[in-house]
Amino acid sequence: MAEFAVELRDVVKTFPNPGGGEVHAVDHVTLKIEQGEFFSLLGPSGCGKTTSLRMIAGFEWPTEGVVYIDGKAMGRTPPFLRPVNTVFQNYALFQHMTIFQNVAFGLEMEKASTDDINRRVGAALEMVQLRGMDKRKPKQLSGGQQQRIALARALVKRPAVLLLDEPLGALDLKLRKEMQLELKALQHQVGITFIYVTHDQEEALTMSNRIAVMEKGKALQIGKPEEIYERPNCRFVADFIGESNFLTGTIKELAHDSVSVILNELVAEIVGIPIGTLRTGQSVIISIRPEKIRIAEQQNFTNNALNGVVKSVTYIGSETRILVNIDGVELAVWEQNRISTLNLQAYYSEGQNITVHLFPENTLVLPAD
Amino acid sequence: MNPHRRHPLVIIATLLVYFFLYIPVIILVLYSFNRSRTNVLFEGVISNFGPIEMEGSNVVQSPCGPFHWFCELSKNRDVLHAAQNTLTIAIISTIISTVIGTLAAFALARYQFRMRTFSEVSLYIPVVIPEIVMGIGILILFSQLFTMLNQTMNMSGDNRLSLGLSTVILSHIAFSIPFVTLVVRARLQGFDISYEEAAMDLGANEVVTFMRVTLPMIMPGVLAGALLAFTLSLDDFVITFFTTGPGATTLPIYVYGLLRRIITPQVNALSAVWILLVLVVVFALQRLQSRQT
Amino acid sequence: MIRRLREKKSLQGNLLISPTMIFMVGMLVIPLLLTAVVSFGRRAPDGDVIFTFSLDNYARLSGLRTNCEDGSRLCFDPIYAQILWRSISLAFNTTVLVILLAYPLAYFIARAPAKRRNTYLFLVLVPMWTNFVIRVYAWLMILRTQGVLNNFLGSLAGLLNLHFTPLEMIYTPGAVLVGMVYEFLPFMILPIYTSIEKIDNSLFEAAADLGANPIRTLRRITLPLSMPGMVAGTILVFVPVMGTFIVSDLLGGRQVILVGNLIQNQFLIARDPTFGSAASLVLMVLTLIVTFIYTRKFGFGEEIVSA
Repeated sequence: MAEFAVELRDVVKTFPNPGGGEVHAVDHVTLKIEQGEFFSLLGPSGCGKTTSLRMIAGFEWPTEGVVYIDGKAMGRTPPFLRPVNTVFQNYALFQHMTIFQNVAFGLEMEKASTDDINRRVGAALEMVQLRGMDKRKPKQLSGGQQQRIALARALVKRPAVLLLDEPLGALDLKLRKEMQLELKALQHQVGITFIYVTHDQEEALTMSNRIAVMEKGKALQIGKPEEIYERPNCRFVADFIGESNFLTGTIKELAHDSVSVILNELVAEIVGIPIGTLRTGQSVIISIRPEKIRIAEQQNFTNNALNGVVKSVTYIGSETRILVNIDGVELAVWEQNRISTLNLQAYYSEGQNITVHLFPENTLVLPAD
Repeated sequence: MNPHRRHPLVIIATLLVYFFLYIPVIILVLYSFNRSRTNVLFEGVISNFGPIEMEGSNVVQSPCGPFHWFCELSKNRDVLHAAQNTLTIAIISTIISTVIGTLAAFALARYQFRMRTFSEVSLYIPVVIPEIVMGIGILILFSQLFTMLNQTMNMSGDNRLSLGLSTVILSHIAFSIPFVTLVVRARLQGFDISYEEAAMDLGANEVVTFMRVTLPMIMPGVLAGALLAFTLSLDDFVITFFTTGPGATTLPIYVYGLLRRIITPQVNALSAVWILLVLVVVFALQRLQSRQT
Repeated sequence: MIRRLREKKSLQGNLLISPTMIFMVGMLVIPLLLTAVVSFGRRAPDGDVIFTFSLDNYARLSGLRTNCEDGSRLCFDPIYAQILWRSISLAFNTTVLVILLAYPLAYFIARAPAKRRNTYLFLVLVPMWTNFVIRVYAWLMILRTQGVLNNFLGSLAGLLNLHFTPLEMIYTPGAVLVGMVYEFLPFMILPIYTSIEKIDNSLFEAAADLGANPIRTLRRITLPLSMPGMVAGTILVFVPVMGTFIVSDLLGGRQVILVGNLIQNQFLIARDPTFGSAASLVLMVLTLIVTFIYTRKFGFGEEIVSA
């Protein structure tokens, strides 16, 4: 077995633009996906995640760069000669075949024996808990059931890598959450590499071992969920994953693990953690997540304290979300409701003067892009 | 809420038009039972069964009774031969034009290629020019071609190439292709290509994908195109008229020939049989279709 | 080899279209070109073609003659222009009448409950499934001097004790018109039906809600939205009528000569393929021009692909 299940080396994919010129759907992307990991490609529509997946599957060929599967360069190998299988966004179940025939199709292509086919199809259906649906047609199944058949159809071939293209997109919220856990458990059980494409960052965070965040054809950041969330390396990633407050400023002083920034929007100085290579005097963006801001009872902090006025209070149940107006700049602050209260006004009310504290360890200073 | 559907004017107009559409058909079928050989006035129905007896130009007795003309029809070798020709031509040209037209539909729906504009235009032309123009053109082509070939290859007598079944079939294929292409193409445009990708992903190469996945899924469209081609061929008069030769008469041509000579109720009997056959086939197809869904 | 085929998409496209191209070029393009070539030729004594370049046939079609009866150098014989005009006006009249008759029926079917629609459509199509020539024959039977219609009127007159002379209906332009309208009615019903059927019911409700009475709704909503159907139907009617010869032959006898009859006559009886080709070409060009102007103004009606 090769070191990596799938590798993309400096892959570029361009399409001709209808208006003239070219569109860089995938722009110099390098990925190294480990054996047996659950790897997600995350980003907004048009970021290149689906195109990258399709190049692994073989439906598109890279304009530049090489796709490796299990160490072998794929070149222009067609999909039916690659050891990977895909679960499609719209399931693509063959409408004119029964469920059994659908799942058996891939095995037929391998010229497996009838006994073998029967056994393996049965096992696959069992695995997705849809035994007994053999003779039905896809149209007779619900969305969730169809999705699981699509999964069974791909997995029955025991591919080295399973590719999933936003498979849960068409399902309603509750079903989606159930399926996320099921998929994760399935991957654990079967042990093969899953490459998962989604635009839902919560989904990616829940299920993945590692995530690649993509935008406009580039892979902006690759790492474990907690790395992506806690230490985003640019504004886009900080904004796309979770929620974040943003401020801008210039670097005043730079040390190894801390940096002080003069803010633009406010008359204040902030201390934070430098992300990436920075230099003194550089324009930067400050990112701090709402749940990481503390509301201080009194002014007893030396730095990163800002005074403002409560603009609005929203009660979510588990959280209270407050918008604080600091000299015209609005910061979102989320606080967990640890203490049960039936009177929110007792704690925060509109127009109240308030001090917020930004912990330096949670204040990220990113290069302005 | 249908503001005008119940309006009496619309209903009257509708009934009148339906009446207009059916009167000729009804009269046609009715007169196939006409006693009179000259079939000008309706002289009543033949009521006696027995050997043929005539009274002037009326048949008063016949072994087939009122169905006399149908019996005559069944003995008419020319009609049967023409019917056979018509069917042969229709079947062969339908099969070939459906295959070719389906391929063309794929080409136009999915690919960019240099001959594209030219093919789109040439497929559109038969629809916007009168059939006679195309018929004349083909006639000229074949007559010039045959004259030339006959001379250079020194053919004579029966060996000479001339208009016949094959020329008719070729021309039928030519005018059917645009229609098949149109129908199948419309069907293809709604076709989700991920089905084909799924098949390839699971190990099927292009040919297997086409045969096991694509074709079954577009089959209704292909069949609709084939049906259209079949109907067009069966009913065609003008182009067949100019491309046919001795021995290759089709039913429409035969009827036309009859009409310019003597008109007996046999023609009506032929029409009645034709209508009946069409109805039977259509009902059978409906039954088949409803059983599928 | 298969590798190359797989990789070059345009090659695949070309391959798929090639059989069609062979047929269309061989049976359409080349014949049309040949027709043009022959039209510039001269007639050989045995009815064959002498390939040369001469405008004689076209001059003859235009009616310009140099051997005038009254002795003048140049005169104008309108005979062929008349034939052409007859064809055009027949095509035009047929189209107008067909639209007038087809519209109420199409409307009725389109607004009928969904279950019944197929039945109504089926009823429209059944007569059409009899043979073209047979249908014309039926009208011959009806319109003859001793035909069904005259018989019927005669008996009616007899009942009312009125004197009745049989109407001379057959072998007149009127008979040809009736035959043509009958032939092409379904070709207009189907497209109009399709486009009216596509109109969302809520549009009618909205119009009523805003105060439009049925006539206004028809004029301002239904008619404009059913235009694509009428346009498609017009092309399906106008073009064939321009080139027809059977209907005019059987129902019009020698009295009604259209361009189609002229062409047929030239090829089969007069044996002058050069003149016939010229007429054929003129017919084609004329039809294309009219169709072009028409579709420029009204579009192709391709919103409908009616089967």
